[in-house]
Amino acid sequence: MTSRVETVDLGKRYDGILALEHVRISAQPNEVTSIVGTNGAGKTTLLKILAGLETSDGGRVLMDGREVDQNELRGLCTMVFQKTVILGTTVYGNVAYGLEIKSVPRQEIDRRVKSALHSVNLEGFEKRKARKLSGGEQQRVSLARALVLERDLLLIDEPTANLDPANALLIEHAITEAKSMTTIILSTHNLPQARRLSDHVVHLHRGRVIEEGPPSSFFTAPQDERTKLFINGELQY
Amino acid sequence: MRAIQLIISGNPEVYGITALSLYVSVLGTSLSCVWSIPIAIGLALRSFPGKRISKGFFNAMIGVPTVTLGLFLYLVLSRSGPAGYFQLLYTPTAIIIGQSILVTPIIVSFSTSALESIDPDLRSLARTLGASNNQMYQVVIREASWGIVLAIIASFNRAFAELGVALMLGGNIANVTRVLTTAIALSTDMGDLPLSIALAIILLVIVVTLSVVINLLRKQ
Repeated sequence: MTSRVETVDLGKRYDGILALEHVRISAQPNEVTSIVGTNGAGKTTLLKILAGLETSDGGRVLMDGREVDQNELRGLCTMVFQKTVILGTTVYGNVAYGLEIKSVPRQEIDRRVKSALHSVNLEGFEKRKARKLSGGEQQRVSLARALVLERDLLLIDEPTANLDPANALLIEHAITEAKSMTTIILSTHNLPQARRLSDHVVHLHRGRVIEEGPPSSFFTAPQDERTKLFINGELQY
Repeated sequence: MRAIQLIISGNPEVYGITALSLYVSVLGTSLSCVWSIPIAIGLALRSFPGKRISKGFFNAMIGVPTVTLGLFLYLVLSRSGPAGYFQLLYTPTAIIIGQSILVTPIIVSFSTSALESIDPDLRSLARTLGASNNQMYQVVIREASWGIVLAIIASFNRAFAELGVALMLGGNIANVTRVLTTAIALSTDMGDLPLSIALAIILLVIVVTLSVVINLLRKQ
C-alpha cells in the first residue's frame, strides 16, 4: 500500500546545528502516527517541514508516492500548533478563515464550520469572541480550524500540552474521529496518549529515527536501549 | 471669563480658526497615511538590505523640530525654490503638505511597531491555512489595525498642535492660513489675551481628548 506521506532521508540544520538527519517515516491513510521524543529531538521541525512552513536541507517528502515541494505541501497539509494562535475575531471567523480565503461558497462554509465545531464539542460557540475563551476551548477552536479544511494530512504539535484532563479528552476524541477522514501525524510527550491514539509510533532522538512500530510492540518490547530509557522517563537529550 | 464667552457665543473668528486647523491637520494626516502605512508594512513584514537603517531613520525623524522642517520646506516652496512654480507658499495646501511630512515618521514608526508586535506564529498559521503572501499580510495588518489607528491619531495630535510648519509655510494670514497655534502666538503678541486663552482652551480640549482616546486604545 502506498503511504499517504513519506519522508526520505530528510535533513535540516539551523546555523550548522543538526535538527534532523536521514529521517525516514511514513504515515498511512486514515491512521494516527505519533512522533515521540525528548525536547529538542526535532519533532516540531519535522512537522513544520511536512506542513510546508520550513524547507529541508536534504531529502524528499512524498505524498501518495509522488514527490512534493514546499508550496504543494502547504496546499495538502495543515498544522495545529502547540502554542494556540487565535485570530481576533469570533469562533466562527477563526474556523471559517481558511475557507473564506479560498472563496468557498458561504453555505458550504456554514456547513463545514458547524460540523467541525460539533466534532470538538463547541456547538453554539460561533458568535463568541475566540480570544475570550479558555485555553482548552481555544485549542479546540484551533483543531476545528484545521479539520474544516479537510486536507490530506493533519499535523498536530503537542495536541493536549497545558490542557486539563477534560479538554484533553475532548481533543483526543476529536482526533480519533478525524482520522477516518484524513491522515494524522502528531508529536507528543504524553506516552499514554501516544499509546491510546496511535496506529504507529516513531521515536525521534537528536534528529534521528531510532525506533518505530505499532504501539503494541513499541511500548511493551522496545528494541533500542534509548527507547527503553525514554519510555521509563530516564532518557536525557 | 471673556475667553469662555468667546467659546460659548460661537464667535466666528474662534470657530473659523478651529475649523481651518482641523481641516489642514486631518488632510495632512490622511495624506501622510497614503505613503506611511505602506512603508510601515514594508519595514515590518519584508526583509531587505538597509532595513535597520531605515527604521532607525524614521525613529530619529520623530523628534525633528517643526520649525526646522518648516524652514526646509519654505526654501523648497518659495518662489526661488524648486517647487516655486506651483505657488503653494502661504496657502493651506502648503501647511497640509508640511504637516503630512512632519507626521510621516510617527505613523511609520508606531505602525511598524504595531505590526511587529503581532505574534510571528500568526504568519505560520495563515500559511498553513492556505493563505497566499498577500492574504497573510492582510491578516497581520488586520490584527495590528488598532495599533495603526493609534499611530494615526497620535500623528494627528502632533500635526494639530504644531506651530513651526504652519507658521513658516502658512504665514498666519487671517481667514486663509491662520490656525489655532499660529493664532494663539499672534494674539498673545498683540495683547489680545481673551482670544489667546479661548483658542488655547479649544486646542487643549481637542488634544487632551485625543490623548485620552489614545490611552484607551492602547489598553485595548
